[in-house]
Amino acid sequence: MEETDPNLSPAERFARDAGLNPRDWSRHMNAHGHSSFIGMRYRDHGDMWIELEFDWRDDLVGDPETGVLASGPIISLLDNATSMSVWTRTGVFSPQVTLDLRIDYTRAATPRRPIIARAECYQVRSSMAFVRGIAHDGDIADPVAHAAGIFMLVGAQEWVK
Amino acid sequence: MKSTELPPYARALGMEFAPDGDGGDGAGPVIAMDFIPQAMGRPGFFHGGVIGGVLEMAGFVALEAELERRGMDVRIKPINISTEYLRGGRPERLYARGEVVRAGRRVANVRIEAWQSDQERPVASCWMNFQLSPRKDP
Repeated sequence: MEETDPNLSPAERFARDAGLNPRDWSRHMNAHGHSSFIGMRYRDHGDMWIELEFDWRDDLVGDPETGVLASGPIISLLDNATSMSVWTRTGVFSPQVTLDLRIDYTRAATPRRPIIARAECYQVRSSMAFVRGIAHDGDIADPVAHAAGIFMLVGAQEWVK
Repeated sequence: MKSTELPPYARALGMEFAPDGDGGDGAGPVIAMDFIPQAMGRPGFFHGGVIGGVLEMAGFVALEAELERRGMDVRIKPINISTEYLRGGRPERLYARGEVVRAGRRVANVRIEAWQSDQERPVASCWMNFQLSPRKDP
């Protein structure tokens, strides 16, 4: 298909460019915008889960005295990973928006270590998907954050502009 | 972190104190940021994580300001955050302001809202809980 195909909506163009599997989706999403700024990378995926990560960086710090990361980048990583876990489970890219996301910060992330998020979609219904995720800095049994959220599956028209 | 300073993460995304948003009505300072490419999620909208980051920053400074008002010099750590995303964040300036619902000796509860051109139509709303602890002597 040509880049300029006038019959494609913005969402269809996005879906086409995003590719056909979780690794490609991650690469596409992580190449742009905020995910690119944070430096998110794909790690691995299974039938119902996906793992993304990013490296510690000076300009992502929330507490200059200790070098501990701000929690904003961890929210962004968990948001992306849980979102992609829905597509990973269903096997198709579908437009969706975050309805709610709750994050418990179980401990401060260790400075200079990469943050890894493992996210799982544990239930999908016709209009929403239920997700959970864990962020850690090397040992998933000693997490830095735990997330639970819901995505609303929406019409393609209003999803992107 | 003082209530008048923002950390590297916030500065990297261009968050700042809104010039005329110093509360005065019990609510905290207003944090503002412009839409920049580094803040974009799905094409044409703020990333949910950035909205979460702005909400958290407004929560932090609201609590710091309240603790300073009370003369309390304590360490604060976020325990958790729960965010409701109400509308897509359009490519224009984003604001957030927190209100301390309760600050006790060990825990503080803060409510925060984010909006864009119309404060009556919030983009996102959240609560945060913080742990308060005495500063360790150096």
